[in-house]
Amino acid sequence: MAHAAETHAPTHHYTTTGLDNRKVAIWMFIGSECMLFASLISTYLIYKGKSLVGPYPHEAWTNPQTGQAFKAILNIPVTSISTFVLLMSSFAMVMALAAVENRAKPRPANPTFWWKVENSSKLWLFMTCLMGATFLGFQAYEFTSFVHEGLSIRRNLFGSSFFTLTGFHGAHVTAGVIWLGTLLAIDMKRGLQPKDAVWVDISALYWHFVDVVWIAIFTLVYLIK
Amino acid sequence: MATVAASPTYATTGVYRTSIMDWLTTVDHKKIGTLYLHTALFFFVVGGVEAIIMRAQLMGPNGKLVSAEVFNQLFTMHGTTMVFLVIMPLSAAFFNFLIPLQIGARDVAFPRLNAFSYWVYLFGGLFITIPIFFNAAPDGGWFAYTPLTGKTYSPGQNMNFWVLGIQILGISSLAAAFNFATTIINMRAPGMHLMRMPMFTWMSFVVQWLIILAFPVITIALFFMQFDRFFGTNFYNTFAGADPLLWQHLFWIFGHPEVYILVLPAFGLVSEVLPTYSRKPLFGYAVVAYSGILIGFLGFGVWAHHMFSVGMGPIADTVFGVTTMLIAIPTGVKIFNWIFTMWGGSIRFTTAMKFAIALIAMFTIGGISGITHASPPSDLQQTDTYYIVAHFHYVLYGGAIMGIFAGIYHYFPKMYGRKMDEKLGTWHFWLNFIAFNLTFFPMHFAGMLGMPRRIYTYDAGQGWETFNMLSSIGAFLMAPAFLIFAYNFFKSKRRGEVAGDNPWDAATLEWSIPSPPPEYNFAQIPMVTSRYPLWDLTHPERMEGIPHSMDGWDEAKQRTGEHVTTGGKHEADVAPMHIESERKSAKELGISMPNPTIKPLWVAAGILVLFSSLPVMYAGKKAIAFTMMAIGGSMFVGFLYAWLTTPMEDAH
Repeated sequence: MAHAAETHAPTHHYTTTGLDNRKVAIWMFIGSECMLFASLISTYLIYKGKSLVGPYPHEAWTNPQTGQAFKAILNIPVTSISTFVLLMSSFAMVMALAAVENRAKPRPANPTFWWKVENSSKLWLFMTCLMGATFLGFQAYEFTSFVHEGLSIRRNLFGSSFFTLTGFHGAHVTAGVIWLGTLLAIDMKRGLQPKDAVWVDISALYWHFVDVVWIAIFTLVYLIK
Repeated sequence: MATVAASPTYATTGVYRTSIMDWLTTVDHKKIGTLYLHTALFFFVVGGVEAIIMRAQLMGPNGKLVSAEVFNQLFTMHGTTMVFLVIMPLSAAFFNFLIPLQIGARDVAFPRLNAFSYWVYLFGGLFITIPIFFNAAPDGGWFAYTPLTGKTYSPGQNMNFWVLGIQILGISSLAAAFNFATTIINMRAPGMHLMRMPMFTWMSFVVQWLIILAFPVITIALFFMQFDRFFGTNFYNTFAGADPLLWQHLFWIFGHPEVYILVLPAFGLVSEVLPTYSRKPLFGYAVVAYSGILIGFLGFGVWAHHMFSVGMGPIADTVFGVTTMLIAIPTGVKIFNWIFTMWGGSIRFTTAMKFAIALIAMFTIGGISGITHASPPSDLQQTDTYYIVAHFHYVLYGGAIMGIFAGIYHYFPKMYGRKMDEKLGTWHFWLNFIAFNLTFFPMHFAGMLGMPRRIYTYDAGQGWETFNMLSSIGAFLMAPAFLIFAYNFFKSKRRGEVAGDNPWDAATLEWSIPSPPPEYNFAQIPMVTSRYPLWDLTHPERMEGIPHSMDGWDEAKQRTGEHVTTGGKHEADVAPMHIESERKSAKELGISMPNPTIKPLWVAAGILVLFSSLPVMYAGKKAIAFTMMAIGGSMFVGFLYAWLTTPMEDAH
């Protein structure tokens, strides 16, 4: 068996596709998550319009027994704002990934302010977390106000399917915020190096997926009556 | 550097000389495969005892052995155990042990995740089984139809254990699926194109995709059931307007791909066994691979054939009837390919070969009854009768289990360096074959005469007594058959005939390394030039008509030229196809292996504690439940964080 000295440490092991194993795995995971959300969304759509009692998402309702009046419970303008914030968080994620991948590039002698902004992975990871947390704040507000207005998870089919679907999505956003927050903490402690870029890459894929799922939910639940 | 010849310590004892800590901290795919194998065989005994008690109860009319309530627990647990705790883990044992060896890799893509999958399976299996001892075993059928299994009609804890236990087991399967799918895509030896992979790896690849796409659906179905039972939601509450069929649809969208998950690995094993003992390549390799893919794909389009009697309407019934008939085609194609593999070959009737041939015959019988179910009007008579019980036992036992036995006899020498005893194997085979047919063939008739499923007793005078008696005798005979196998298995580990590296003169990469394989599997990753790399060296006369090329060379040169390795320090880590008989240590060879760690076990334990808090909460003990959630949650998060921030192997 011939031996030869290593001239430099390999950045990754050889793989059949050339992709890191973790990158291949995250795509499989996203495939399974597609089926997860497809099941939740299908159930929501099957139960759309089938609740026997209100409150309802898009129309007002008066309880025939108590006489209590409910307006349509979804607040589309407010949710549009939180949707916009979540979509913009994907932009921040792209910037964060680029900043980490470009870490190996030499720093210019006199970096401009905008150069520093563009290449600060800490800033962009923070912005992604912040916008994700803002989205979650809006969701928390929305959920609590719905419950105050009389729509609980056990109220009717709409309540059960709506809170479960958006709740699962919110849980995924929460997990993403924790993941990105951890990456931010590591970045602040020892700095993320190009060899860590694969972790930021797969967290970005996860984050964009969660964003796409929200686009589907917002369209099917909020926008389509 | 001193060379170590084929070590006598391995050959004479044939077992790994390891401590308990070795087993608790292992991340070696071969050891994890052994853990799966032994645990699954244990649960096989559990499920078998459940079956034997049922058959004792049903031996004659108006049996008094067990009550209806206990009988409900028995058939629920028998089905749940056999599907989730026996067949799937037996397949997982082979995925674990065999896939890296067959593709020329040193381990799976995520060794710690691999260990995690096993521990979650063990804990989930215990979670769902231990309630038997408290007379609280799940009792709603293994498919748990609502509204029977909702809080109103199943107010006890029994179904909580089922719904949570299956959820835990789902985590195990999904994690393993991500692992094996990534391994197969990304860690093949140079020159091992997809169409050169051994057929077991091909079928396993299809199975991982089925798991990835089907398990999330039952995950959601289970969440809906949990939320209904624990939080009062309305997913299955028809009084709130819910669709009474939602559970059935969601369950069977998972459930039908699940049966292909159960049988395809056995098909793969048989596709290894038949060519070896026919001394001929697999007939129609490409067709067998494509039909496996087609079965996987079509398997998502037939689910409602489990629901022909619920009133879906003529259009739905027709569509699903047609798709079900269609899926018989790729399956039948495989049967023919297996037969043509044997045709003109020089057959050795080893025990493994007997089981493989039995699979072909038994699965065909099960498949034929399956085709009779595919027609909705015909199925209306058969559904929920013992005719169906006969069908699925022919395909699941006659198919999956017999194929797995073939795999165990075939691969035992590779795992333990010794052969199983052929005489005992022959006794096991024939006793098992006769007992199996005696148990399940009469069920076709009992079913046709109207005997329903899941009844704990029946009146005399309906023409069912003889068939039930025959089935029960057959079931009782399965026990000594299995005992012969178990005795053979454990005895041969220590005193079986010492096997060399390739006792069966087989063709694929796993047979080119010592038995049992060293921890690093391959000292040098072989370059693969055809789908039967060993026969390229040892039996070129069998390779006529098999595609060859040397493009493995280019890939390997590129690999070594770029100074990247497959994990070893040394660049010449890849070599032309060769046989390795020397046993060294990874350290001697400078190969970096993943470090053992107990963290995956603790993460799995955290999940168990978390899930166990829910029945406690259901029983009203909120304070204890929240404490358990806090403990389980901290274990899960803490050990997961430690796992993720620890490098897999030492820097090299």
